[in-house]
Amino acid sequence: MSASKIMKKLFSLLCAGLVLIPASVLADYELNLTPSVTQLGRDIYDLHMLILWIVTIVGIGVFAVIIYSLINHRKSKGAVAAQFHESATVEFVWTVIPFIILVAIAVPATKTLLAIEDTSNPDLTIKATGWQWKWEYEYLDSGVHFFSSLDKASNDARQMNSGTDPRTVPNYLLDVDKPIVVPVNKKIRILTTANDVIHAWWVPELAIKRDAIPGFINESWFKAEKTGTYRGQCAELCGKDHGFMPIVVNVVSEGEYNDWIAKQKKLAKASAASANKTWSKADLMKRGQEVYNAQCAACHQANGQGIPGVFPAIAGGKITTGPVKGHIDIVVKGKAGTAMQAFGAQLNAADLAAVITYERNAFGNKTGDVVQPSQISK
Amino acid sequence: MSDHKPTGITRWLFTTNHKDIGTLYLWFAFIMFLVGGAMAMVIRAELMEPGMQVVDPLFFNSMTTMHGLIMVFGAVMPAMVGFANWMVPMMIGAPDMALPRMNNWSFWILPFAGTMLVSTLFMEGGGPAFGWTFYAPLSTTFAPASTDFFIFAVHMLGFSSIMGAINIIATILNMRAPGMTLMKMPLFVWTWLITAFLLIAVMPVLAGAVTMMLTDRNFGTSFFDAAGGGDPVLFQHVFWFFGHPEVYIMILPAFGIVSQIIPTFARKQLFGYASMVYATAAIAFLSFIVWAHHMFTVGMPVAGELYFTYATVMIAVPTAVKVFNWTATMWKGSMTFETPMLWAVAFVFLFTIGGFTGLMMGVAPADFQYHDSYFIVAHFHYVLVTGAVFAIIAGIYYWIPKWTGNMYDERLGKIHFWWSTISVNVLFFPQHFLGLAGMPRRIPDYAVQFAEFNFMSSIGGFAFGAAQLLFLYIVIKCIRGGDKATDTVWENPEGLEWTIPSPAPYHTFETAPKVK
Amino acid sequence: MLNQQNKSHNKLVGKLLLVVVGMFGFGFALAPMYEAFCNAFGINGRFVDIQKGSYDATVATDKMQLDKDRTVTVQFTASRNQNLQWEFRPMETSITVHPGEVREVKYYAKNMTGKTVVAQAVPSIVPGQASKYFNKMECFCFTQQTFAPGEAKEMPLRFVVDSGLPKKISTLTLAYTFFDTERRKVKDSAKIETNMRLAIKAR
Repeated sequence: MSASKIMKKLFSLLCAGLVLIPASVLADYELNLTPSVTQLGRDIYDLHMLILWIVTIVGIGVFAVIIYSLINHRKSKGAVAAQFHESATVEFVWTVIPFIILVAIAVPATKTLLAIEDTSNPDLTIKATGWQWKWEYEYLDSGVHFFSSLDKASNDARQMNSGTDPRTVPNYLLDVDKPIVVPVNKKIRILTTANDVIHAWWVPELAIKRDAIPGFINESWFKAEKTGTYRGQCAELCGKDHGFMPIVVNVVSEGEYNDWIAKQKKLAKASAASANKTWSKADLMKRGQEVYNAQCAACHQANGQGIPGVFPAIAGGKITTGPVKGHIDIVVKGKAGTAMQAFGAQLNAADLAAVITYERNAFGNKTGDVVQPSQISK
Repeated sequence: MSDHKPTGITRWLFTTNHKDIGTLYLWFAFIMFLVGGAMAMVIRAELMEPGMQVVDPLFFNSMTTMHGLIMVFGAVMPAMVGFANWMVPMMIGAPDMALPRMNNWSFWILPFAGTMLVSTLFMEGGGPAFGWTFYAPLSTTFAPASTDFFIFAVHMLGFSSIMGAINIIATILNMRAPGMTLMKMPLFVWTWLITAFLLIAVMPVLAGAVTMMLTDRNFGTSFFDAAGGGDPVLFQHVFWFFGHPEVYIMILPAFGIVSQIIPTFARKQLFGYASMVYATAAIAFLSFIVWAHHMFTVGMPVAGELYFTYATVMIAVPTAVKVFNWTATMWKGSMTFETPMLWAVAFVFLFTIGGFTGLMMGVAPADFQYHDSYFIVAHFHYVLVTGAVFAIIAGIYYWIPKWTGNMYDERLGKIHFWWSTISVNVLFFPQHFLGLAGMPRRIPDYAVQFAEFNFMSSIGGFAFGAAQLLFLYIVIKCIRGGDKATDTVWENPEGLEWTIPSPAPYHTFETAPKVK
Repeated sequence: MLNQQNKSHNKLVGKLLLVVVGMFGFGFALAPMYEAFCNAFGINGRFVDIQKGSYDATVATDKMQLDKDRTVTVQFTASRNQNLQWEFRPMETSITVHPGEVREVKYYAKNMTGKTVVAQAVPSIVPGQASKYFNKMECFCFTQQTFAPGEAKEMPLRFVVDSGLPKKISTLTLAYTFFDTERRKVKDSAKIETNMRLAIKAR
């Protein structure tokens, strides 16, 4: 093939690319504001479109004048500069016109804003507390309470050079281990606060974004009109893993919602009961492994070897093979000045007992100790 | 009179000459622009593909933080002060700045402050990673130890800016040539006078904010800590009381530069000079009463949200007046398109796009969706890169023949322009779509539906970054030689700076010119 | 000539420096101004001067005007701060009150850390404008609370909702956040970040 032929081929490829790329982009990807499933969201969308159209028309007008001028009023075309340099009338007119347009925008904006801020008479109130880096949810009316963090598949894939292609992970970075569930067509009030730094609770399709501020509480609301799963993310920079604390809201029928609540209450009861019951070693080991992988493996590594000099090894560790009390202490209370968190604030007694039992009897540790939940709660 | 200048390193260390100091400011800004740009390249490299490949999330946060701080405090602001140093005395017929020794100090603080800021990246615990807006408590209770050095650096940068501003005000108010009345001053001088007043009004507030941070961190106060009766939201109010005027500090001198360039190449007087001055003053005034539009989602009472919406959209009026005036200046002119004019025209187009998205975000209910998404990243890069930075580049092409006595390479200048303008739009325009589709800002990794536009944006970013290396080459080439520039450089430009020889002698206007 | 010019510079520079100093002070003045604003308009639903009661029994008799025809739902919730090893919850999550009626509820707190903790509860209320109408007569947030290791307390909150509460507000939510007054200091969290960074590098 001659050089010119190669060039020709490359050129045709390039042309095909230029035609195809925008088409495929348009087909699969959102260019405009995310459509919403709430009335408020649609009002916001309409407001967005109104302003977008206004600025587009104004922009086309102004740019057309400039472009006309750039083409026709050039020296190379023999244009001679006019002498005018002010005109009170023209300047007055183009000061007043933008002002009138702004008033036209302000009216619908005010209406929408008043609706957004009207949080009265909710059917259901959920408190969302931002933590570094997960969300804690509490249903004020029914007492259901849980943590919601990035799901395991996304969390594994997002590690540096994990070898997993994010495109193969369903809902990469937008999935959690435990979503919140709400009934359709009900006014849901979301209270936001935070445990440490400022976070923000944002679900585009529900048209809510509200800051979660430590020590203070904010409120906002939505009324989803369609069942489905709606995904969002933390929107306020909150430290290292700001990009990895998604929000998932399952909107379901009222019946399904009631079933879900009943199930959650039962689970909570079982978990409370599990704290009093005596567990077999096998059960503790099984549950402990799950907890270990979810909570501990990130630092102490899946093989329990830790990272020398930074994260102590579980395998043959001084604490994990030493007295039981010391082991419970560090897991429950954490260690000040290190990355070791106080897990007592996050896990229940059974999980704590299970993971401690697991750590004492796995990775080649053979203490034979069995730690029961009742030993934790003291 | 002989035009002697000192030589060697001491010329630069001890100089009190406004032209030398202007040159130092501009070179410092250029270096910082490249450093901050390199950080932007790291950010775009990480965001090119979904998944984490290049840096860890914490370092990514340091990069976004330092990129913002360096570009704002290290590149754009010093570049504008550099222009003021070079041009203000020459434009008003003064022999030098009013306070030449203070001028030397205000520059030489900068390299130390800049070095300290960058050095935090190498400290234990890493550099500041809380965004250039450093919201408490992420920047207080939860910040690394290097934050105290960051605070010190911000204090020094503030001192430098305040001294620079005082100097500029004193120069403009006290040193004008006879006959140069306020309403005869070139628009660039006007915009800088107003900017300087903004600077002395808000830089001390920033100093106050970081001082409160410092005492909260180290001395047990709790301005921003709820446990002691404080409020993290207070930090945001104090910060944005500084922060909003700050964005006009960066853009008003850009308006001034463009208002000098367009009339020259349209061969027509600036349309609506007086209304330009009033619009600039109006924008500066409004900038003090709109700050909370940066914080619509913190849970303000609805009356507050309404007030800040109304006040914010009002800014569109004087800004529109400016764009209309530039348009009318070009209308029925006799235009040519040398490199400075190309950049200035692109400024008018692209800054207007940034202004439009600004108007969209000023409306509180809609902002609930735009806030902290890539939409705002696109917005402020349109006003700051294709706005402020384009104006700076335009100004350099416009005045560099006067500074060096040599013409820059026109062909390379045009390549630089087209390369930059196309790539900058590939870089930032897709970010509008990303934000509207729901991508939050300041995240190191994203859901796969955002992959295509991020890829496109990264390609544009690398291309834009490379274009600025060409700019560096063009500037160095122009300093070392080239076609000799005439004294007027352009065809009949207006202004006292064109009445002196090219290159501008070391001492100018030692006897004041008469202005008719 | 030159001297005269310098003199006029001094005067102008002096004035400008005054502006600078004034604005530095203004930055700090924003703190009390913000508090006054919050107080007047109930911004953020924060209570200024949490250490004091906002209710004065001697002057507020008309607020006690019982409005039997109206009911308001008051919800209670509790948060901890920074992983504080602590059990903290309202003993009733929601009650219905008439404006003007004095009610008492209790919060339960238990110190589960192994050491003595001095804690401060910070109240916050939504909707924000209700903070002016929610009068705490007795509250555990008025003083710092000292807890021995393992100590549990039931802490009373006596309040009255002012009958002036705007009619459209039918639900109030009162939230308390418990802060350890000697929280982990800066250096600790910096060290954590360092460890994490090293860990990431090592991986």
